Amino acid sequence: MGVEVKVEGLTKSFGRQVIWEDVSLTLPKGEISVLLGPSGTGKSVFLKHLIGLLRPDRGHVWIEGNDVPRVSEKQLYQVRKMFGVLFQDGALFGSMSIYDNVAFPLREHTKKGESEIKNIVMEKLELTGLLGAEAKLPGEISGGMRKRAGLARALVLNPEILLFDEPDSGLDPVRTAYLNQLIVDLNAQIEATMLIVTHDINTARTVPDNIGLLYRRHLAMFGPREMLLSSQEPVVRQFLNARRQGPIGMAEEKDAAELEAEKESGEELPPLPPIPPQITPTDGSARRTQREPGSWLREHGVEPPPGSFTGPEGYGESAAPTAPPASTTPTGRASKSRSRSSQSEETGDSSQNGGRSSAPRKRTAAGARSRSAT
Amino acid sequence: MSFSVAAPFRQSGSFFALAIDTLVQGFRSIRHGRFQWREMIEQAWFIASVTILPTMLVSIPFGAVIALQIGNLSTQVGAQSFTGSAAVLAIVREASPIVVALLISGAGGSAICADLGSRKIRDEIDAMEVLGISPLERLVFPRVLASIIVAVLLNGLVSVVGVMGGYAFNVLLQHGTPGAYIASFTALARVSDVVVGELKAGLFGLVAALVASYKGLNPKGGPKGVGDAVNQSVIITFMLLFLINFVITEIYFTVDPSRSV
Repeated sequence: MGVEVKVEGLTKSFGRQVIWEDVSLTLPKGEISVLLGPSGTGKSVFLKHLIGLLRPDRGHVWIEGNDVPRVSEKQLYQVRKMFGVLFQDGALFGSMSIYDNVAFPLREHTKKGESEIKNIVMEKLELTGLLGAEAKLPGEISGGMRKRAGLARALVLNPEILLFDEPDSGLDPVRTAYLNQLIVDLNAQIEATMLIVTHDINTARTVPDNIGLLYRRHLAMFGPREMLLSSQEPVVRQFLNARRQGPIGMAEEKDAAELEAEKESGEELPPLPPIPPQITPTDGSARRTQREPGSWLREHGVEPPPGSFTGPEGYGESAAPTAPPASTTPTGRASKSRSRSSQSEETGDSSQNGGRSSAPRKRTAAGARSRSAT
Repeated sequence: MSFSVAAPFRQSGSFFALAIDTLVQGFRSIRHGRFQWREMIEQAWFIASVTILPTMLVSIPFGAVIALQIGNLSTQVGAQSFTGSAAVLAIVREASPIVVALLISGAGGSAICADLGSRKIRDEIDAMEVLGISPLERLVFPRVLASIIVAVLLNGLVSVVGVMGGYAFNVLLQHGTPGAYIASFTALARVSDVVVGELKAGLFGLVAALVASYKGLNPKGGPKGVGDAVNQSVIITFMLLFLINFVITEIYFTVDPSRSV
């Protein structure tokens, strides 16, 4: 069962440079959340605060009644046992083989026998597709494999909270798709609270239940995915659709003159692309925390962009979608694959009702994904 | 980058904090049976392997030069048979700790610093902490102990090799009497000199490893930061060790005035 992480008023500066101020959000338990932001806004720094590797200037991080920055060494040790962290590039111990790396937390924190450890390690390695590489050293395998080994190590103690620091950096789109599917499957299995820090918009649009955006030294927005994907707020809109028009410039932010010029040039803001369906677990069942598509939009009376919640045609058998009819017109679907601003996603299907009996879904695989034109 | 008056103090403060934490956690780990024997032995072997040969190659000329100089001088005042004792005194008391200091900080310390620094920039140290392992207990303390052990042993090596080098040069080049050289050992030098020399060496090992670990665990960003950290650790260790050498010698002479004659 996942655990809720509540962040209140976190502020951090290095010397005189303020990284961010007053960040408050709650990672709901058992849900997948994504934290986005332009490069250099301190997303990894935020992650480190959650596990107590850094201390904030002000603010609290509440995990099961413990305020992580202020808790004693012993308590921090207990809190950290709940975590599994995937660092960038895996952070494997360079002098130990992959097997030893993945077995390390088991040998440290549990009293399991070697054969039991071997079973667990092999299971996790198979899950991440690393069978056959157990005896290799981290220096001998590719970056993608190192990441996957790091993930295997993070999973080995069945953590309640999983943190991913840019898991898709350096991975090709196919592997990223596999990784995303893996993350969703994991969440279905172990129901851990997950936080992914990433730049990848496709991941952000299809994987998480909640999305957050860090911008200009504070948290621009954090909320359910539909809230952000349908938001008209300029920063959110620009970032989530990877556009050049908007407040975010090549350097941190555009100044007022540039914004004026943009407005005057009369370039029309392209319409919001349709909200893609969320990736569902491979075995077809719904995750406990997955909400019915369009439910948030209905609750808040927001009109979704046309063509939302439809998958690429002919991809994955879908039972008749029970999503609100307004958003899934057949014409929307047909035109979707042709419109340049559409984002087609890996697995289709919008209906999230449990106990679906439709044909087993095809795994996310190569080919069918096309990035939106920027 | 602003110049801050408090920065050097902050650095020394962090360093002392690291030193104390390491020793406390290390001894606690010994008490609870968690001590990393394997790591310590591997590190001791590694430091020894990078220092033995250079040590010998440095001690022989060092000892020889001292013996030659003393031999020259003593011949002029007719005290040739005391060459041995003066040479031993100089080598055991002063040359030995200096050579050990240079090699432990230059070879051993830089290796420790580079190792820890490269792990730090790859997030390995953070990963360890997150997995609930204290890097001080697991990595730094074994290295500190290894460094102390190797430094003490090296000191013995330098003394012996230095004296032998002096012997060879004095007897062969300056036509000194072998018997007189060896017999005069105890005229000026005493066992307490050797003991103090070993103590100095042990302290050098401790300081070198701690400074190297501190610098290695706090590199300022990226591979270049690691290189800078290694450089700084060697220089700072040099300075500290020579200072410690001076202080201990003074204390020794004050405590046992007979030795300063």
